[in-house]
Amino acid sequence: MNLDSLTEHSGEWLRAAGPEADIVISCRIRLARNLSSFPFSNRASPHQKAEIEQYLKGRIDRLEFDPRLEYLNLANLSPVDRQLLVERQLISRELANSEGPRGVAFASNEIISIMANEEDHIRLQVIRSGFALDEAWQDADRLDDKLEERVPYAFSEELGYLTACPTNVGTGMRASVMMHLPALVLTKQIEKVFRALQKINLAVRGLYGEGSRASGDFYQISNQVTLGKSETTILNEIRDVVPNIINYERQARQLLTRENHQAVLDRVSRAFGTLRSATMMTSEETMDLLSSVRLGVNLGLIDDIDIRKVNELFIHTQPAHLQKLLGRPLDSEERNSERARFLRNRLRDADSMN
Amino acid sequence: MKCQSCDQMATVHLTEIVNGKKKEKHFCQECAQKLELLKQQELNLTAILQSVIGQHVGGQADEWSRLTCPSCGIKYMEFKAAGRCGCPQDYQVFREPLMPLLERIHRGRKHVGKVPPHALKHAAVQAELRDLRQQLRSAVEREAFEEAARLRDLIRQKENADEPR
Repeated sequence: MNLDSLTEHSGEWLRAAGPEADIVISCRIRLARNLSSFPFSNRASPHQKAEIEQYLKGRIDRLEFDPRLEYLNLANLSPVDRQLLVERQLISRELANSEGPRGVAFASNEIISIMANEEDHIRLQVIRSGFALDEAWQDADRLDDKLEERVPYAFSEELGYLTACPTNVGTGMRASVMMHLPALVLTKQIEKVFRALQKINLAVRGLYGEGSRASGDFYQISNQVTLGKSETTILNEIRDVVPNIINYERQARQLLTRENHQAVLDRVSRAFGTLRSATMMTSEETMDLLSSVRLGVNLGLIDDIDIRKVNELFIHTQPAHLQKLLGRPLDSEERNSERARFLRNRLRDADSMN
Repeated sequence: MKCQSCDQMATVHLTEIVNGKKKEKHFCQECAQKLELLKQQELNLTAILQSVIGQHVGGQADEWSRLTCPSCGIKYMEFKAAGRCGCPQDYQVFREPLMPLLERIHRGRKHVGKVPPHALKHAAVQAELRDLRQQLRSAVEREAFEEAARLRDLIRQKENADEPR
């Protein structure tokens, strides 16, 4: 697989297609599975980890699944390439930064990926654009069955799928919905939403999952419970709560246009202007400004750029993407100037399309 | 500072208080060992940890702290410190302390979700494989390499037979 070509396009989940795609960026289902006859990755010797990887790679290679999954050995990749896969959400930060034999298999549309030797032997993941939770679950369920036909899982009738961490045991499923909530942040109502979600046992995290900051006003809402509830129940709970949050965000957007129209227009225009003219741009500032631009596009305040392009800019301006694009390592100062140049070019193109 | 018994660099420093008088002594590693000064200071981290934790949580935890998984070798205290199990069997081995933990995390104690559709078919083969791997380990230990090679081939064959054709 040629990783360089990845930066020329983007994964399906960034397409801004699917239901409620102005607010719901993507839905993700992650299933944790383990082989029954090996210690978990954290306890496995380097030799056993190599055996696990070989075993999984062989079976994934022979998987009859459409689209075809291609396996990548992560230990052989450079840190920048691994970071690139993290930025594209194909692998976790933990897997990128861990050591020893490990890998990932994914299809060219980047909807499905299977990580090998993460905290669990197998982490199967499906990401779909928009509020398409059920489609994501159906894909994951189908792939899981296909894989299990060839790979015996560690499973107990009482405790379900056995995982390295007791917080994942049972269904081994984490279902998450990534939302862009700039108006709830601007109107300072986001904390209220968090508290309500925590009460019903849902977790809120940033763009890159556990421990990451909610930069760009992106929030991931996911289940915490995996034992004692079926996959369907868990999915229903999330499916029921997300439309409420979408409504709150829409109401907050209406409130902003009705009562603070000039201020919002100014904020959006300044963000757009800065992105099109600055010569140094940090990753953090880029996320914040792009968030305002994304809000502006959705409010109809900017009409010469489409939402898919904005979605892509969030990912393509990240450190590993820039370095792949430029084809050489960049220190952080160089990255800031290259990022600014990249944004100027992309947004100038947007203008000329008008 | 030099060792007071020889000319080596002193690395062991003792302060003795006898009848209210402070006395300092300095030895190199070697002399200290000869004088058996180091023996009593030897640290057994696990023993200390277990005794400290045992003191705080009483008898039941003391019993748990002796649990070790026969399959992956993880001790209960290691599991507790890392918050991660070492292998699937740990859920059985540490069942007693684990169940209250699972209830706290999930407010549930019984899986009601998906059941892997091919589990039954796999179970028989897995049991056989576990047995063969055990035989292989013992053959390697006994240095019975011909037998080990035969077992290894058999295991490979069984592992692959597990896949659908």
